[in-house]
Formats: sequence, structure tokens, C-alpha cells
Amino acid sequence: MPERKLRILIAKPGLDGHDRGAKVVARALMDAGMEVIYTGLRQTPESIVETAIQEDVDAIGLSILSGAHNHLFKRVIELLKNEGAEDIPIFGGGIVPEEDVSYLKRIGVKRVFGPGANTEDIVSYIKEMTNK
Amino acid sequence: MISSIDELIQKMVSGDKRALGKIITLMEEDSSSSAYIVSKIYPLTGKAYILGITGPPGSGKSSIVDKLVSCYRNENLKVGVIAIDPTSPFTGGAILGDRIRMRSHYTDKNVFIRSMATRGTLGGLSRATSDSVKALDAFGNDVIIIETVGAGQVEVDIVKVADTVVVVSVPDMGDTIQKLKAGIMEIGNIFAVNKADIDGAEKCILEIKMMLELSETKNGWVPPIVKTFGDRDNGANELYEAIKNHHKYLLESGRQEKKKIARGKADLIYILQNLFIKKFYEAINEEELEELGKKIASREKDPYTIIEELIPRLKKFL
Repeated sequence: MPERKLRILIAKPGLDGHDRGAKVVARALMDAGMEVIYTGLRQTPESIVETAIQEDVDAIGLSILSGAHNHLFKRVIELLKNEGAEDIPIFGGGIVPEEDVSYLKRIGVKRVFGPGANTEDIVSYIKEMTNK
Repeated sequence: MISSIDELIQKMVSGDKRALGKIITLMEEDSSSSAYIVSKIYPLTGKAYILGITGPPGSGKSSIVDKLVSCYRNENLKVGVIAIDPTSPFTGGAILGDRIRMRSHYTDKNVFIRSMATRGTLGGLSRATSDSVKALDAFGNDVIIIETVGAGQVEVDIVKVADTVVVVSVPDMGDTIQKLKAGIMEIGNIFAVNKADIDGAEKCILEIKMMLELSETKNGWVPPIVKTFGDRDNGANELYEAIKNHHKYLLESGRQEKKKIARGKADLIYILQNLFIKKFYEAINEEELEELGKKIASREKDPYTIIEELIPRLKKFL
């Protein structure tokens, strides 16, 4: 019998046009046997949460390089709660200063991967986080 | 387990999107969950109109689906979309990117979009597509649009699932003989020539026209050819009209009923095939399969003889 497939949403919220990192991660997750729902640039927190629910994803990865991470992560987490979907874990990537990382972890972001992060680490982290 | 599935079904039927999302996941994971869920929701299905959009990769299927969803929403109809992308034959992973083109509908409460990977199924759909259509139907969608995987020549299973099939072509993809070949060009009830503003569109239309003239007219429906322009409105509206005409034709000619019967037959065969394969894997483990493979490779035995020998063992599983 085939094993359960992990479905991961990779999204870029807010206004920044740099999706190279998100694409690299999406491809790495695919190569690790996961199904990656890729929604492209300039997503609103509302659309990300709605997508996560319809696609029934196991985790959400947000890539932010605009500096608006504190606001955007918080909003996505709030909306997930409103929808009763706070059980979907969130991780992040992009340019996030150290002091903001601790804030993000406090509000419920599981982990933030910065520049130079190893895709293998991201893969094994997601597998661990989703109990697989 | 069963009781929590019942709970999910109840929630889904009462309009809970998360429950619908989870039901589709269950159907994708395991055919026995599918069997249970479909048996519960079947009386609620059969109401939605099912539209299939197929065509080669990059031909603009997702953009066309996006425009069509807008057309249906303008008439206040509730729409479900299943968008299929390929699974890697090497890693089993997939990048599902059809949603990118459908972003204008992400937060519309009356649109539900689900991306699916083929997970090894050939034919342009995934094993769970037909069952997921039933879930979207029971959820109360008026229209369900299926976007197939980027189709080559033989990904034609959509014809067994959809009421209407739109084949999307783009200019400059091979000559006349490509249009005459068997397979995908035979299944269109409507042809959309997308990106019709680039060179070669008229030639493409002419070739499809010629192909249609050489084909037998099927039951009084002559497939129209519509020019579309990606995500622009003109063209999309004409395509929408053509789709509505075909739907009307299906209802008035009685073809709709016949299609439903044909779909029932196809469902039976498809489910049986999958059941056989599942039972086969239950009866024969990977090592034995490897051994049998070796025998075939070394010409010790041929595959038909091996199957003959296996049949008595498979019987007790049925």
C-alpha cells in the first residue's frame, strides 16, 4: 500500500516579487516525495488560509522577503484560528531578523529558515513536524 | 475510524469546507475509504453538471478555467474545481500549480478548488478524481470543472467522467495529421483554440475544421471551434456560450441520460480494475514479485503462464 502523502502549501504573502527561494523549496519538497501546492506571488492571508483548508494541507510554508513578516504571519495565524484550523503548522523562510524570529515563534510559527538554509534540513524538519 | 468518517460526511454535507477537503484527502489516500464515503453520499449526487477541460501542457487550461468560473459565478452558481497535475514517476512528489491562475476566486465562498496529483494513474486523471467529483457534487456544487493533467494524445479518461469536454489547442503544434490522429482530438465536444492572437491560429482552426468534416457527426452535435485569448474576457464568453449550448443539447437530446449510464459502466470497470490490483498486492508480496520478474526476464516462464498459475491464489481474495 502506498504511504500517506504529505501535502504542503508554499505561498508568498504580501508585496514582494522574489519567488526564487519559494520555488527552490517547492522543488526540494517535490523531490522528497511530497505534493506541493504552489500558489504564486502576492497572496493575501485570507487566500492562503482558504487555500490551506480546501487543499487540506499538512503544513503551510510562507516565504517573505518584504520585511512585513511580523504582520503577515500573525494575520495568517489569526485567520487559521477563526476557521478552526490552527492545527495546521506554519513554517517560514526569507529575510527575517533574529529578534523577529523569537517573536514569530512566540505567536506560533514553528520555525523560520533564513538564507543559506539547507533544503535537506527543511525536508527532514517537515517530516518530523508532521509526525512522519 | 468509521464514526469519525461519518462525522466528516455530515459536516461536509452541511457545507463545511474543511470537512470536504479532508474527505477528498481520504479518498485520495485509500480506496476503501472511498468505497465507504461514496456509498454514504451517493443518493446526494448526480445533480451537478460536470465540465472537463483538457489539452497540452501550457496551452492555457487553468486560465480558461479561471474565466469560466467567473462566468458561472456571474449566474450565481456554486462551482467546484479539480485541477490535476502530474506526479513524478521518480520521487512520487508533485508540484501542483494550477491554482496560480485561479487566484481571483480564492476567497469566494462559493468556489472550492482542489489540486490533485495523478499519483501514478495514466489517462489524464487520478484514481480519486471520479470519487472526488461525487464529494463535490454532494457538497452542493452546481457545476464541477475538471482540469486534466497536461494531455498528450491518449489522456482521454476525462470523456468517461465529464458531461462536456472542451479540448484546448494552441497554434503551431504540429501539422494537419496531428489533428486527424486518434485520441484526444476525438473527444472534444467543443474545441478552444487558445492564444488565438499568435500566428497560426487560423491554420489551427482550419485543421480542426477539416478533421471534424472527416469525422462522423455524433448524434447531431457539431463541435464548435472557439477562439480564446488566455485570461482575457473576449473568447471566454463565447466559450461559455458554447458550453451552455452543449449542456442544453445533452438535456434535450436525451444524451445526458445515456452519458450517465455509460459513466456508471465505466465506474464499475474502473473500480474493479483497481480492486484487482489492490488484491493482487495483498496476495503477492514484493519479494515474490521480484522473483516472478526474474523468471520472466530470464525466459524461464512467460507472463501469461505465470498469471494462469496465480489465478487460483487470487480467487480466494475476491
